[in-house]
Amino acid sequence: MTPLLVAVGVTLLLLVGGLIAGRLTERAHLARLDSAEAALPSILLTDLKTTPPGIDVDAAHLVMGESVIATDYWKTFAANVRNLFGGEVRSLGTLMLRARRQARLRMVQQAVQLGATAVINVRFETAEIGGGRAPITEVYAYGTALVPRS
Amino acid sequence: MIVVNTETVPGYTVTEAKGLVQGNTIRAKNTGREIGAGLKNLVGGELKGYTDLLTESRREALQRMLAQADELGANAVVNVRFTTSSVAAGAAELYAYGTAVVVAKDGAVG
Repeated sequence: MTPLLVAVGVTLLLLVGGLIAGRLTERAHLARLDSAEAALPSILLTDLKTTPPGIDVDAAHLVMGESVIATDYWKTFAANVRNLFGGEVRSLGTLMLRARRQARLRMVQQAVQLGATAVINVRFETAEIGGGRAPITEVYAYGTALVPRS
Repeated sequence: MIVVNTETVPGYTVTEAKGLVQGNTIRAKNTGREIGAGLKNLVGGELKGYTDLLTESRREALQRMLAQADELGANAVVNVRFTTSSVAAGAAELYAYGTAVVVAKDGAVG
């Protein structure tokens, strides 16, 4: 009886802890993304392969950004429950969007540093690099930064 | 060396295609990192160690690809693509490939 109580107690603790800590890290991360994005000049991003009209290109460089974001105990639990009934797993959806925003932000930061005004042929990819205890998903973004003739 | 993931280099003309070039690297996560990731998976947040590891590894694959292009006498690699695959438990392969070409700047004299 006692080991069962301990197991249930620990699980509950992890769930509540995961829920609170997960919410806090998510909120902090979104705030960081907001301020970092606001600090950048707005540049054109497209997934087209051709140069948009009006840009007199001086140089082109490959730019990229990566991000690996962990889930939390609550989100994993919620996803497992969802697996029983099916349907949208919203908590993991926002997780992937955060990871993608972070990767995109890093790519744009690289482009801005190079003096680019546009990034074309932008590609987003995800890679499953887990296999051990913790499944790890990586999101990365890459594209061609265009630096205009000054 | 000019590196882009478009089929041509904007502002340049491709004068010669040298062929496909590639670079790869396989990286293993260490156990310490994996334990750290396991803990992070309880509370959420970015796995900074993994992000750095992958960024560095992908750069390594890219460098190997560029070294091949250099040997072929190319001055640019176009249409670069990245893929990642999980080859064994805890190990990931990062692969970069593209086409090595010789380009000349548009409007350049001579």
